[in-house]
Amino acid sequence: MRHMIRNVFHSPKFVWGFGIFVFILIFCIVYPLFNPGNPLEMLQVGGFAAPGTYVNVYDTVAADINKEETLKIKFRLPGADEKRLESVLSADDRNTMLKFLAKVGVDTSEVDVEDLDQLLELWEKYFDPTSQPKGITRADWNKYKRINNAINRISSTDRRSVSEKDQDGQMAAVGDFSSIDYVSVDEVANHITLPLGTDNFGRDMLKELVSATLTSVEMGFIAGTVATIIGLLFGLLAGYVGGVLDDIITFITNLFTVIPGFVLLILISFSIGQEQRGVTTVALVIGLTGWTWTARSVRSQVISLRNRDHVNLSKLSGHSLFRIILSDILPYIMSYVVMAFILQVSSGILSEAQLSLLGLGPKSTETPTLGLMMNWSMLYKAHTSGYWWAYFPIILTIAGVSFSLNLMNTGLDQVFNPALRD
Amino acid sequence: MEQQKTEKKRSRSRKGYVKYFRKKLIWFVLTLIIAVALNFILPRLMPGDPVQAMTGKLVAGTTSNTIAKEMYERYAEEFGTNKPLFQQFFIYVGNVMKGNFGLSFSEYPRPVSDVVNSAVWWTVCLQIPAIIFSWIIGNLLGAVAAYRKKVWDKAVMPFTLFLSAIPAFAMAVILFVIFAVTLKWAPISGGYAYDMIPPAINSFGDFFAKFPQIMKLIGSVLEHYQLPFWSIVLISIGGQAVGMRSMSIYELNADYVKYSRFMGIKDRKIVRYVFRNAMLPQVTGLTMSIGTSVGGSLVAETIFSYPGLGSAMLKAVTSSDYPVISATTLIITIMVLICSLMLDVIYAVIDPRVKAAQFD
Repeated sequence: MRHMIRNVFHSPKFVWGFGIFVFILIFCIVYPLFNPGNPLEMLQVGGFAAPGTYVNVYDTVAADINKEETLKIKFRLPGADEKRLESVLSADDRNTMLKFLAKVGVDTSEVDVEDLDQLLELWEKYFDPTSQPKGITRADWNKYKRINNAINRISSTDRRSVSEKDQDGQMAAVGDFSSIDYVSVDEVANHITLPLGTDNFGRDMLKELVSATLTSVEMGFIAGTVATIIGLLFGLLAGYVGGVLDDIITFITNLFTVIPGFVLLILISFSIGQEQRGVTTVALVIGLTGWTWTARSVRSQVISLRNRDHVNLSKLSGHSLFRIILSDILPYIMSYVVMAFILQVSSGILSEAQLSLLGLGPKSTETPTLGLMMNWSMLYKAHTSGYWWAYFPIILTIAGVSFSLNLMNTGLDQVFNPALRD
Repeated sequence: MEQQKTEKKRSRSRKGYVKYFRKKLIWFVLTLIIAVALNFILPRLMPGDPVQAMTGKLVAGTTSNTIAKEMYERYAEEFGTNKPLFQQFFIYVGNVMKGNFGLSFSEYPRPVSDVVNSAVWWTVCLQIPAIIFSWIIGNLLGAVAAYRKKVWDKAVMPFTLFLSAIPAFAMAVILFVIFAVTLKWAPISGGYAYDMIPPAINSFGDFFAKFPQIMKLIGSVLEHYQLPFWSIVLISIGGQAVGMRSMSIYELNADYVKYSRFMGIKDRKIVRYVFRNAMLPQVTGLTMSIGTSVGGSLVAETIFSYPGLGSAMLKAVTSSDYPVISATTLIITIMVLICSLMLDVIYAVIDPRVKAAQFD
């Protein structure tokens, strides 16, 4: 046994698959320790916030004003002004600027929109907010003026003040800041880092994904265990006992191989009804419809073992059926069973995802699963609207989990079937 | 004498075929009956009045009380819920034989057969070419990987294996985002451009008169066809290739190959034998995996809002349209059963053992 396990861990494919799978699992177990809380809590009022760190605007201002000592630290970071300009002047704005320059007679063929310095230099030279050149519509002129104001505001070194209404209803300055003032994020009372943004309900995607991965893997394990137990039982009985029992079981197995399991899954899930569809129920149903492969391969393995000498010897010694199966047959087919189990887990996870995408997944109010998350992101059109963080990490996780399991399976296959080795 | 012998051989081979086909046909009918029975019995296993449960779900969706009441009465009558279960089953089978699946809940009073009929051909025309194409490409790839090794075995195979680990819907989303949303090479959704109306063709004259319109429609259909097609093909190649590779390696190490090599038979000829032998289990494999792969492809359809059975099913589930779900699942099962029957027939043609009546 130990020798076999050592052999298995010498297969690079198995080790890679095992490594990826364990890494995903450990991450999903450890992450909630650092970021506890309900994964389905809606943090955001709207939906689909891009990944990033969000700093409370109110607190950032208040952090400085309300304290006696100033928290502001002055930095002169190289390129800060350029960055600021770039963040304000979008590509559209720059093209608008270019259009203006073309209208006032500048040869724009040599002007690069990406080169902000050159563009601003030309802009300063030709744009005069007090005189509107001929041939420019009012709407366009207003647009140019808006851009000009934005540029002036950013370029100016004036301080800005924060005002509050006092008792008389007059605005009075309570604090001020300039373009080189910085406040440490730690001093701001409220800020949140969302490595994967939020989904359509405004939930923290990473927290949800981590919880969903665990649930989906758990469902895969339940489904895989159920399918393997049924398949093993049927396969052993059909293969070892044979006769009429074999005929009946083979008939049932063949039947459920041709009748698509997915169709049965849909029918049963729909019949159970939305209310009764918990995580465990769905996993059990997936297991109940997916055992045929295991039964098939176990049966053919057992048939080849049935007439081996050691089995016959056991029979002659008067050992019970149970004992023969347990000690003379099972150890020989264990490797196949383990391989089948791994595949069953993987296909269980996929089945859940597919079922959920059709709206037949587990009840959606308590725990997220990978399929449900995928379903939500599709329902809210994340894929057509460019909210990549709402669907791509889910796909990557599903593919990662099933790829790692398949890799483990291929590795095992090569260890146990030497003919397939490279 | 010689003639007699061939005559005898031929009659024996015919006997082999007849026996094989009879067996397969009986099997087909049997599975069909059980599939219909399962389709009937599974939803009825839920506790309570099935019609009440069906229409109850639906009341939430409809605004009019009278329609809900009308539907309840109609279904109670049609399903005969007051009659014993086996009698209900015969009513159900009778209805199914006539192609009568009742009326859709969500598109009342559109007949379910109409909903299914408009969806089923999209799915058939998408899935069957995709399955055949991926089977051919996958097997070629697996065979080449087994024979050539090197780059094929080290790079191409792992890559297709990785592709096959991606579920169909995920591949669909990835292709969708890359080609439809970002690059805008392919249309966003549907089976053909939404501003086109399939022209009604009642006669030959119509056909010629509307020819440009028809060509435009076909062009649009083909454009919308690409992404669903490739998403199914890309994920199924890997599985086929792996199976073919293992089978080919197994066959390449077989005694008859070594013997042929000693005999000095040309490599090219041996390889042909090897791949013919390795292909047989692949046909059986396809028969068995078709049910699984169809499920995934149906879900992939929904990503593209392709007007096939998958989308019809999604719509039915979201609107709790029980008759449509029941009809679509039944149609899918029947389609899969027919496909496996056809594959069995093909198998008989290419496997010489069936002809030699040594099958069994």
